[in-house]
Amino acid sequence: MVGAIFLILPHFIGGYFIYVITMIFFYGYLGIAWNILGGYAGQFSFGHAAFFGVGAYTSTLLQIHAGVNPWIGMFLAGLAGLALGLLIGSLCFRYGLRGPYFALAMLALAEMLRLLAVEWMTLRYPLGISIPLKGDSFLDFQFKSKIPYYYICLFMMAAVIILNYFIERRKIGSYFKAIRENEDAAEALGINSFRYKLLAMGISSSLMAIGGTFYAQYYLIVEEESVFGTGISIAVLLGPIIGGAGTVLGPVLGGGILEILSEMTRNLLGAYSGVHLMIYGAILIFVIIFLPHGILGGLQTVFRKITKGG
Amino acid sequence: MSLPGLPLLLQSIVSGILMGGVYSLIAVGLTLIFGVMKIINFAHGSFMMLGMFTTYWVYVLLGIDPYLSLLLSIPSLFVLGLLTQRFLISHVLDAPAHNQLLLTLGISLFIENFALFLWTPNFRNLQVAYLTKATTVGSVMISLPKVFAFLFAIILTAFLYYFLKRTDLGKAIRAASEEKEGALTVGINMKRVYYLAFGIGTACVGAAGTLTAPFFYVNPHVGGIFVITAFVVVVLGGMGNFIGALVGGLIVGLAESVGAAFVPGQVKQFIIYFLFILILLFKPEGLFGRTRG
Repeated sequence: MVGAIFLILPHFIGGYFIYVITMIFFYGYLGIAWNILGGYAGQFSFGHAAFFGVGAYTSTLLQIHAGVNPWIGMFLAGLAGLALGLLIGSLCFRYGLRGPYFALAMLALAEMLRLLAVEWMTLRYPLGISIPLKGDSFLDFQFKSKIPYYYICLFMMAAVIILNYFIERRKIGSYFKAIRENEDAAEALGINSFRYKLLAMGISSSLMAIGGTFYAQYYLIVEEESVFGTGISIAVLLGPIIGGAGTVLGPVLGGGILEILSEMTRNLLGAYSGVHLMIYGAILIFVIIFLPHGILGGLQTVFRKITKGG
Repeated sequence: MSLPGLPLLLQSIVSGILMGGVYSLIAVGLTLIFGVMKIINFAHGSFMMLGMFTTYWVYVLLGIDPYLSLLLSIPSLFVLGLLTQRFLISHVLDAPAHNQLLLTLGISLFIENFALFLWTPNFRNLQVAYLTKATTVGSVMISLPKVFAFLFAIILTAFLYYFLKRTDLGKAIRAASEEKEGALTVGINMKRVYYLAFGIGTACVGAAGTLTAPFFYVNPHVGGIFVITAFVVVVLGGMGNFIGALVGGLIVGLAESVGAAFVPGQVKQFIIYFLFILILLFKPEGLFGRTRG
């Protein structure tokens, strides 16, 4: 039902709202990608911009220098993200990096890639890499109207929601959660935690990279700060944390709330650029203290109390 | 890559050690908080930025000498640290580590963007006449504000070290850092220790902010540059290890500065992050071990 509404929605709303809802889908998609590793398998990454940026640069550079079609580029970006995820994941998990140490290692990785991009790209593309305009064609992943992007993003989000439900219902989802709750106990039960953490990492990193390609095609410009910067790393984890980490729809809910808030503050206080991030910070503080399992997690607890009490 | 001459090398060694002193002071604060509370404080850089702005404003508005403003930045950041601990951090002391990290991330997002709202993203410079002079020793040029920063940083760190080693309160903090259960058993008031640790840690980085302001730019996001370096220092020295942070700060300062003489700017930063990941992976206890695992 909800899906059907979203399918016909663009015909009834203006361009601005199409943009806002596309962004809600987009951050929902990225939040779910982060959540598979962070929320389900419990491996908090503070540097998912690494995969996002690798995705954006892979498809864009291939398109500009080798004429590779952006859809194929998107697929290759996913592979590049997967490769990087497996590489850094196998290092971190092999040597037992846990909790905040893993988070910091990921942050350092993203910063390293950002510096590499600055070093290699800024001289040749001082204003970022612009993707040449090719007009209006599905095959070229470029559209004059914002509506096709809306549908592509809706499709991407729907696909990861389905993938996430699939993970949740299967053994792999239980394994992820077991590792999150108590890795040593999971190991004792015979779960190969290394393998499953790596699996979560691979899914998460390739999805992030695919998101990077979408971003590049949407804005038609790739610039190191916006794809490798800590801003992206933080933006993708805020949605799941606030909505409810380790739930399927939490990232979409949290990401949606943040996106709407950010648009509202931008409209009300346009001149003050930092205000929406200040509010994000306040919400994050509030959620961590009062709703440590996010909004959906909090609702679940209330629901359980009511059903048990009644 | 070209080999630098001896004068340039000497120059970078001197600058590196001077800068390293400031890194040490920042890292000492961070490692103190980590040692006692096992919390990685992401907001550390934001507190440093507040220290820088304190110094900037009292100089610009009231004409107070930057180094005199230590008397303002240290106590005000100490109180801010206390309040942060009392009203925010205390709620998550038993929460999972990632939630603690996220809380400090929220605090830093809030502080930095509040500062952005108040003071705009403009890059400001503290122009103090007597500090723009540089002294030359042999072929090495020494910038005066960096010398002051180094000296003050070392004095403050030594003072803190004395406090931790010799006073009852300091001993209580060390006890809490090294053996929490034992400290509880002998009747140490944990709450008070936490307040103190967070307050002192924040005051350290506030002081570092004041000392850095005369030779660096001041803007709301400036803390981020230093906090990541501070993480590197703390991990290098062993999380929670006071002496490790002190020596680690000097090492990173030197490595950065000497590295810059050999390789271009971005690459040197790249190497520091790379080392950071390597240490996390292969020597998580740091080069000097840690006071407690």
